Amino acid sequence: MRDRVWILAGLAVFVAVITLPAWTRLATLRQSRSPDLVLPANQKDCVLPASQMRATHMKLLLQWRDDVVRKDVHTFKAYDGKVYNMSLTSTCLSCHNKTEFCDRCHSYAGVSMPSCWDCHLDPRLAAGGAK
Amino acid sequence: MQLSGGSLLALLGREAATALGSSPRPDGGQGQAASAARQYAMVIDSRKCRQRPGCTKCLDACHQAHNVPYIEDPGRKVDWIWEAPAQDVFSGQQSPYIQITLKNEPVPVLCNHCEYPPCVRVCPTGATWKRETDGIVMMDWHRCIGCKYCIVACPYGARSFNFLDPRPYIKHLNAEFPTRREGVVEKCNFCAERLAEGKLPACVEACPENAMIFGDITDFHSEISKLLRARDTIRRKPELGTQPNVFYIV
Amino acid sequence: MFMFEKALAGSRRYWIWIGVLLSVILVGFLAYVREREVGLAITGLSRDVPWGLDISQFAFCVGLGASAVVVVLPYYLHDWKAFGKITLLGEILGMVAVFMAMLFIFVCMGQPMRLLNVILYPHPRSLIFWDLLVLSGYLLLNAVITVTLVSAQREGVAPPGWIKPVILLSLPWAISIHTVTAFLFSGLAGRSYWATPLLAPRFLASAFTSGSALLILVILLLRWLRVFDVDPEAVPKLARIVTYCMLINLFFVLVEVFTAFYGRIPEHMEHFEYLFAGLNGSYNFARYMWLSVFLALASLLVLLVPGWRRNPRLLPLACAFAFVSVWLDKGLAWIVGGFTPSPLGAVTPYTPTWPEWSIVLGIWAVGILMVTVFYKIVFSVEAAANAEFVSSALPACGAAHPGKAA
Repeated sequence: MRDRVWILAGLAVFVAVITLPAWTRLATLRQSRSPDLVLPANQKDCVLPASQMRATHMKLLLQWRDDVVRKDVHTFKAYDGKVYNMSLTSTCLSCHNKTEFCDRCHSYAGVSMPSCWDCHLDPRLAAGGAK
Repeated sequence: MQLSGGSLLALLGREAATALGSSPRPDGGQGQAASAARQYAMVIDSRKCRQRPGCTKCLDACHQAHNVPYIEDPGRKVDWIWEAPAQDVFSGQQSPYIQITLKNEPVPVLCNHCEYPPCVRVCPTGATWKRETDGIVMMDWHRCIGCKYCIVACPYGARSFNFLDPRPYIKHLNAEFPTRREGVVEKCNFCAERLAEGKLPACVEACPENAMIFGDITDFHSEISKLLRARDTIRRKPELGTQPNVFYIV
Repeated sequence: MFMFEKALAGSRRYWIWIGVLLSVILVGFLAYVREREVGLAITGLSRDVPWGLDISQFAFCVGLGASAVVVVLPYYLHDWKAFGKITLLGEILGMVAVFMAMLFIFVCMGQPMRLLNVILYPHPRSLIFWDLLVLSGYLLLNAVITVTLVSAQREGVAPPGWIKPVILLSLPWAISIHTVTAFLFSGLAGRSYWATPLLAPRFLASAFTSGSALLILVILLLRWLRVFDVDPEAVPKLARIVTYCMLINLFFVLVEVFTAFYGRIPEHMEHFEYLFAGLNGSYNFARYMWLSVFLALASLLVLLVPGWRRNPRLLPLACAFAFVSVWLDKGLAWIVGGFTPSPLGAVTPYTPTWPEWSIVLGIWAVGILMVTVFYKIVFSVEAAANAEFVSSALPACGAAHPGKAA
C-alpha cells in the first residue's frame, strides 16, 4: 500500500486532535476547580433545601411563573414555614448575586439559561440606570 | 393545560357555551373560585384633565413603572396609555357644530379591559385572557407568539407590538418590573402587580387633578360606582358590544 | 414512495430554472434571518398596520389552495372527462399553495420559536386554531391523494378504491380552508372593511378566479414547453369557469360598494375611499386598485366574447390579467384597506420594504420550486406509463425517456 504512510499519519493527527482537551490539561498541571460560588452573606435558608434547589430550581421557577402570571397567586410557603413573595427579581435576586452565583455555576456546567433575562432584570445592573 | 381527547371535548363544549354568550370570562388559569369576582374599572374625568394643558403625568408614571420603551417613530411606538384628540377617541361624534373642546383636546386612552374582549377571543395560545377574579385583561409575555391577531381584533388600538428590542429605548429601568422582548404584544394591565400589593394603578396615583377614579364597579358602595351613578359617562365605540370598562366624563 | 429521483434527471434548461429559484429562495432566507436578528422593524409594518404583505399573501395562497375544487369537482362528481389529467396538477398546485400560506404565517410571527404554543395551549375560540387545523388537514389530504395516484400510475394499476372518498372529502375541506381564513377576518367587529358576511363567498369567488386562471396559464406554459399536454377541451372549459367566477367576484365587490355608499355608513365608506381615492394625503393604493379594476374588466372583455376566449394569444393575456387583478386586490391592498383608517382615525401609510419583498418572493420561489419538482415527477411517471401522450419534441426538454423510467 502506497498510502499506508498517509493513512497512519492522518490517524495520528486525528487521535492527537481528538484527545487535545485531555493532554493539554495534563500538560498545564492544573487542578480542575469547581465553580467559585459566592453564597449570600445574610441568609442561610433558601425556599427549598439546597440539594432540592440544585436539582429542581428550574421547575420551581416555572411553577412560580405560572402561579403569579396566570393564577394571581403571589405567596409561597417554604419548607421551613417561612412565606416568600414569588418573584425572581425581588426574592431570588435579593439574596443571590446573579453574576457571582447563578452565572458561575451555569457557565461551569455549560447549561445556558433560557431567555428569562431578555425580559427579567438583574436589580444590581438595573440600579445603575443604564442597561 | 394537557390536551387529551376527553379534555378537548370538554373544552369544546365549554367554549361553545361561552360563545353563545352565557359567560363573558373565559378562564385562563386552572379555574379560580369566582366567589369574590370583581370587575375593576376606571372613570376618567377629561374635564379635570383639561385643567392642565400639556400634563403627561399619568403617561410618564405608567411608562416608568412598567419599563415601556420610548420610541420616536410613530409607527413603532409602544404605549400602554397615551393621549389622543377627543374627536378621534369618540369617533362618530364629529360635527362642525359641537363644542370645540370635544374636538382636539387630548383625552387619555388605554386598554378598556372590556367585558367581552375581542382580543381574548382571538388569541390562539391564551397569552391574553380575562381574569376571573377581577376582570383585568392580562398579558402573559411568556406565551405570546407575536402573531398580532389581538392588535388586529382590538377596536380601540389599545395594544402595541415590539418591533424592536425595547431595552435600548427605556429611559430609566425599573428593576421591579420586567421589560418585554422583541416580538411580543403589550398593553395596559391595570397595574395588576401594584393591585396585588394593595396599591392603586400608577396613572391614578400620579394624576395631580384626581381625574382618574379606579375601583370595583360590582361593589355598590365603591367610589367609582357612586360616581357612575351620579354622573353621565360615555365609553368608546359602545355599539360594538365589547362593554368597555373605562368610562369618560366629557 | 416519493419518487424524488425522477426530479433529479433534467435538461440544462430545467437545472438553470432550479438554480434561479434556489437563488431567490436564498435571498429570501437571508432576509428572514436578518428579520429574526433585528425584529419586525425591518418590515414596513407599524402599530396601525400590524399585518401587511405577508398576511395578504397568506390569504391569497389559501385561495389558490382552495381552487383545486374547480377541476376536482367537475371530474369526480360530474364526470367531465376532459379534466382527467389536470386534476392531479390542480391538487398539487393547491397543496403547494397551502404550504406557502403556512410559510407566510410563520415569517410574520414575532416569536416563531413559540409556534408550538398554539398546539400545547389550544384555544378553539381563536380562528387561528381552526386555520392551523384545516390547513394541516388539507395538506395531509392532498399529499395522500397525490402520492397514491402517482404511485398507482407508476405501478401501472388503477388507484385503490378508498382514494375516491378521500378525494371527495377534499372538496368540502377545500371550501372550508378558505371559509375559515375568511372568518379570521370577518369575525372582527372593529374592522368594518372585513366584518361582512359576504367575505367568505367573496374570497371563494376570487380564489376560483385566480386559481383557474393560474391553472390555464400553467397548462399553456407546459404545452408551449412541450413537456405535457392535456385534453383539448380542458382549457376552453376552464376558461368558461374563469369567466363565471370573475363575473361573480366583480358582482360581490359591487354589492359591497353599494351597501357602503348608498347607506353612507362612514366606517364602511372610508376604507373604500382610502383604497380608491386616498385619504389624508396618502394615495399609495389608489393606482393599484384602479389597475386591478381595469385588468378585471379587460380580462372579462376577452373572456365574454367566445371568439376571443378561444384565441390562443388573447386567452393567456386575459388569464394573466385576471390573476394580477385578484392579486392586486387580495394579495396587496386587501389587508391594508382593513387597517386604514385606524381605530383612532389615523392614516398610516404602509410600504413594504425590500427585506419584506425578498421574503415574499423567496416563499413564492419555494412554492414554484415545489410545483416544478412535483410536476416533473408526475410527468416522468406519466411519460413512462403512456409514451404516446408525450409529444415528439420530448428530447429537447428532458422529461424522462421511457428507457429511463423507474
